[in-house]
Amino acid sequence: MIHFDNVSKRYPGGHTGLSNVSLRIEAEEMVFLTGHSGAGKSTLLKLIGLLERPSTGQLHVNDRNLSRLKRRQIPYHRRDVGMIFQDHRLLHDRTVFDNVALPLVVAGVGHKEIGRRVRAALDKVGLLHKERSAPITLSGGEQQRVGIARAVVSKPPLVLADEPTGNLDPALSEEIMELFKQFNQVGVTLLIASHDIDLLNRMQKRILTLSKGQLVDDIKPGPADGGE
Amino acid sequence: MISSRGLLMAASKRLLKAPQIWLQRHAQVALSSLGRMAGNQLATLMTCAVIGIALAMPLGLHVMLGNLQRISGAWDSGASISVFLKQTVSDEKAASLAKELRLHQRIEGVELITRESALEEFQQLSGYADALEALDSNPLPALLIVQPKADYTTAETAQLLVRELKLLPDADIVQLDLQWVRRLQAITVIAQRAVVVLAALLGMAVLLIVGNTIRLEIQNRRAEIEITKLIGATNAFIRRPFLYTGFWYGLFGGIIAWLLVAIAITLLSGPIANLANLYESSFSLSSLNLSTVASLLLGSSLLGLAGSWLAVGRHLSAIEPG
Repeated sequence: MIHFDNVSKRYPGGHTGLSNVSLRIEAEEMVFLTGHSGAGKSTLLKLIGLLERPSTGQLHVNDRNLSRLKRRQIPYHRRDVGMIFQDHRLLHDRTVFDNVALPLVVAGVGHKEIGRRVRAALDKVGLLHKERSAPITLSGGEQQRVGIARAVVSKPPLVLADEPTGNLDPALSEEIMELFKQFNQVGVTLLIASHDIDLLNRMQKRILTLSKGQLVDDIKPGPADGGE
Repeated sequence: MISSRGLLMAASKRLLKAPQIWLQRHAQVALSSLGRMAGNQLATLMTCAVIGIALAMPLGLHVMLGNLQRISGAWDSGASISVFLKQTVSDEKAASLAKELRLHQRIEGVELITRESALEEFQQLSGYADALEALDSNPLPALLIVQPKADYTTAETAQLLVRELKLLPDADIVQLDLQWVRRLQAITVIAQRAVVVLAALLGMAVLLIVGNTIRLEIQNRRAEIEITKLIGATNAFIRRPFLYTGFWYGLFGGIIAWLLVAIAITLLSGPIANLANLYESSFSLSSLNLSTVASLLLGSSLLGLAGSWLAVGRHLSAIEPG
């Protein structure tokens, strides 16, 4: 699903985002990405969503060679990658329904189909009763769940989440993670950046650790390092 | 490449159900951009009014010129030729010349104004009666007003007759009365060009007004554009509402221009009918015809569209999510 081959990202100022990262994430995996802030977690996610291009190396996502993807093909790539952000990135002048519907509208899905799929996604995150609300009237956890519904409504094979629980208390974080687990069970590949070590340990999933732009650790779940 | 096949499949899937959804989406975007403009009434009205005033100027001038052409066109056919005879030609000689000319095949009729009657008329009308008294001889020449036959009243054929009359040994000055009409027509042509130039300049102004308005709108909706791009919106999708907004600005500006000119014509038509009456003419100001209005509205909408296209092309690609 995701294949980094010696990928580096250097910024114009000389700052290095990633250096020589090679990794492979298979379809239907659920993987966590951790490391201190500035370690390159966001850069890695941005490269996958083509918010940025790698400076060197090969990057394949969804069988697409991202370095060769033309500019006008980028939107079609992004439609196959659901993205969740710490700051939710919702449109505050639209209802919850319209926010979740956006990926479908963008993809040119018909009116009826949009209604059906948006309600299904909102139902999944437990916010069906809030479809007419403005995002601003919702709590942080609820807004994050709207963001999640938006990321999965078009059923992308891959979902990226950048610190999705960064602003939430442990109970809410647990809830969000439970949701992710459920998506993973129906075949969605998930890559979640988080620095909440306790939470990651409890999830018992593969954990990639970045430090100063380099991949320093790749722990697969096993009986030895699981649990608390 | 597997990826391109995937994209191709996605594209063909889109095409299959495209027409209906495409129309639906366009109608939706057109209405929602209209709604957005209505939500900001004052700003929208002001922008449309600026566009309307800019367009009303060349439109108004165009209508005025059209009317002027109608007037001068009507005068065109009433051409007559004034033949001023030499000072030395006596009234009797003039009368016989008039008689002779009446037999000419291209001449309908000749009116003779003798030196005597010219002097009388001049004394009556000019108020220089005393000055003329002081002169010992009549300074005015005899005048023959030649009315060409119907076939010879156009500018070119009348000119032929003028040339012929100039050859008369007794003729001093031969003047086609059409001349000033033609000068007016020449001036009208220049004015028409000026209107075209003005229209081009103000059209450019409209382009810039719409472009700038759309630029601000893009800046205001920067976050929204970023998020939509993140979600996989194509540039066409993001561009669309702004293009519709530009189109609406142009259309409403055109409607305002139409209203302004229509009001101006209504206000002017009374006094102009009055003036025409004083000239014993039944002339009345013609208003905007359908084709002018149609091309105004089409032109203004296209200007709006083009203006927003310029802004969108320049500013939208600069916004990339990060």
